[in-house]
Amino acid sequence: MDKPIIQITDANFWYGAKQALFDVNVSIMPHQTTAFIGPSGCGKSTLLRCLNRMNDLILGTRVTGRIAFNDHDVNAPDVDVIELRKQIGMVFQKSNPFPKSVFDNVAYGLRIQGMTDKTELEARVVKSLKKAALWEEVKDRLHESALMMSGGQQQRLCIARAIAVEPEIILMDEPCSALDPTATAKIEELIQDLEKDYTIIIVTHNMQQAARCSDYTAFFYLGRLIEFDATNKIFTNPTNKQTEDYVTGRFG
Amino acid sequence: MTILRAKGYDWRSTAFHAVTLAATALIVLAVIVIIGDIVWHGAKQVSWHFVTGGTKEGMFDAKTAGVFPMIFGTLALVLLMTVGVVPVGVITAVYLTEYAKSLSPITRIIRSAINNLAGVPSIVFGLFGLGFFVQFVGGGLDQMFYGGELHYRKPALIWAAATMAIMTLPVVIVATEEALRAVPNGLREASLALGATKLKTIWKIVLPEALPGVLTGAILAVGRGAGEVAPIMFTGAAYYLAHLPTNWTDQFMHLGYHVFVLSTQSPDIERTKPILYGSVLVLLLVTFLLNLTGVLVRAKIRSRLRHG
Amino acid sequence: MELHFDQELTQAKDQLLRMASLAEQAVTTAIQGLVQRDDVAAKRVLDGDNQLDLLQKEIDEQCVALIALRQPKARDLRFLIVTMKIAAELERIGDQAVNIANRARLLNREPQLKPFVDIPRMFELTRDMVRTVLDAFVYGKLDVAKQVIPHDDEVDNLEVQLHRELTSFMLEDPQTITRSMNLIGVSHSLERIGDHAVNIAEEVVYLYEGRDIRHETKNA
Repeated sequence: MDKPIIQITDANFWYGAKQALFDVNVSIMPHQTTAFIGPSGCGKSTLLRCLNRMNDLILGTRVTGRIAFNDHDVNAPDVDVIELRKQIGMVFQKSNPFPKSVFDNVAYGLRIQGMTDKTELEARVVKSLKKAALWEEVKDRLHESALMMSGGQQQRLCIARAIAVEPEIILMDEPCSALDPTATAKIEELIQDLEKDYTIIIVTHNMQQAARCSDYTAFFYLGRLIEFDATNKIFTNPTNKQTEDYVTGRFG
Repeated sequence: MTILRAKGYDWRSTAFHAVTLAATALIVLAVIVIIGDIVWHGAKQVSWHFVTGGTKEGMFDAKTAGVFPMIFGTLALVLLMTVGVVPVGVITAVYLTEYAKSLSPITRIIRSAINNLAGVPSIVFGLFGLGFFVQFVGGGLDQMFYGGELHYRKPALIWAAATMAIMTLPVVIVATEEALRAVPNGLREASLALGATKLKTIWKIVLPEALPGVLTGAILAVGRGAGEVAPIMFTGAAYYLAHLPTNWTDQFMHLGYHVFVLSTQSPDIERTKPILYGSVLVLLLVTFLLNLTGVLVRAKIRSRLRHG
Repeated sequence: MELHFDQELTQAKDQLLRMASLAEQAVTTAIQGLVQRDDVAAKRVLDGDNQLDLLQKEIDEQCVALIALRQPKARDLRFLIVTMKIAAELERIGDQAVNIANRARLLNREPQLKPFVDIPRMFELTRDMVRTVLDAFVYGKLDVAKQVIPHDDEVDNLEVQLHRELTSFMLEDPQTITRSMNLIGVSHSLERIGDHAVNIAEEVVYLYEGRDIRHETKNA
């Protein structure tokens, strides 16, 4: 039995005076895809951003409880948040490639760590683009601007960029919500391939997407974790009535 | 409900349209009249000799007058001023947008200081420059490094440039802030999520993306620097110099100041009128060329950002 | 392009084919126990039925999961539904094999009543029918699937024929009643297996053409 790569114990979160997460307990297993689902405002994105401490960027946020990555509390005073973010990467809802070339985008994370050797950079960039199922489409356009690509390609570029620094976990915050169905399908297939090498946590408001790509699903409502189980169980025979209502579309 | 046009004529829309046209016409007319007058009277004076000649032969004679030293001095001033104001302005703007907490008392103090600075009349800057830079800082430098000998405690290019830098600081800060704010937050988040520090993110992603806006601020600052006279009157501009400035401790001649001098100090106003118009025209041309350079550089940077 | 879903569909198909092979084996072994008076073979059939039942449950669980998780459409959806239905038919074929094996054990305790002619013939026909329809399932050979239906008529006729023959036996000599009844039972099981093969054929047509041809070819 694998040890959980992320262990969240009694996590509570506030935006100023407003509490957004209440006593959340969940274990994320390595090399699996876990989906966070739930209606808007249920706290799923908030919890995701706690894992790589992106919520630190917002003023007035407060978190209690223990959020452990490989058994180490990410909010502990001796944690270097820069190192944390190198090991827990993130892909955002709206793809945000830098206004640079395709190559420079993927190499960015490596260059800021001090990598300067051209051959090594090239090798890593090619490897990441191949893993992100983008290589064939960009191999002749590596030095063109990333902004010239389609939305789906840009998002896969962002995935390649995150992969390049070789994180253990990839967080995805509604990665397909701005994409058309074909681009979405490509990324869903990609997620199932990436599972072999990374642990993936995906927030999605599209529960069919969670059903298609994840191994485990966590259902959140109003800041609380309602049910967490194998995706198969959540979508064929959930334990909790609220979960069943949400999954069958009878919510509200 | 019918979709057909209602009966009657829409007077209000037509009237408003007419008013906006009239306002536009007024502005365009004003510009045409001013520029037209200057070009009409100044064009004949602006010859190769005028632009490249010096002051040796006599400044008040239309046939022998030359404004090259003034052009040189103006450009030197603008250059020094830009070198001073852009880094300080950009760093301040970066602090205000990226680091400061918008409601903290320190931030509010800084912002009101910038606003007040923007409202100070230029003559006050001139007096400030004299008292602070020339006498206090200049005097201090002379005491510390030259044992009281006179090197800095006098009007000089450096002091005029420093005064102009302080004066144009608000413009650069505001333009840079606008440009920084326009950088989508997604780019910052992407960089930070890859394990970059805030500083690296600003230096490698945010500032390069904001560069066109920074240049806008610089262009605006340059425009003022080339034209303002009051701040440089006591801090470095000179009415007549035999030589071009070679050190930043030297004084300099300036197109704007020259215009002021010609219109208030000349013995025979009719004789110097052509030189006056010519100088003004040259000043406008120099300002225009400086602006054009800035605009072209900015356009080049913008297109490189878009197309990689 | 092959999706992860395609791999999952192939897994379900492989499970079904495994089940089909087990079901065919069960019937063959049961007939062997009867015709060769082999009790060991008959016992094997009884022990092996458990595996068939478990397989059906596994296949159903897999298909339900795939329907819930993958939102299949068109042929993918028909495939999953048809797979579950064929699994049910195969399970019942397995149950018929158990019936045959039980009757074989009873018959083996008494001397053989008559040479086996019709029963082996019925077995061959139904075995070929089942093989044909499963072939059609895998390769989409629809014409072949439709051929199976008239073959079922032949099986039904053989059953009637045997029934008539055994009835005359029973009328002549009451000692033969038990054995005759058991043989009638076996032929009935084989006739049912033929019907299951027809059902599978109908499902295969639904899978590949989307047409529901059930209840159209009922004999008068």
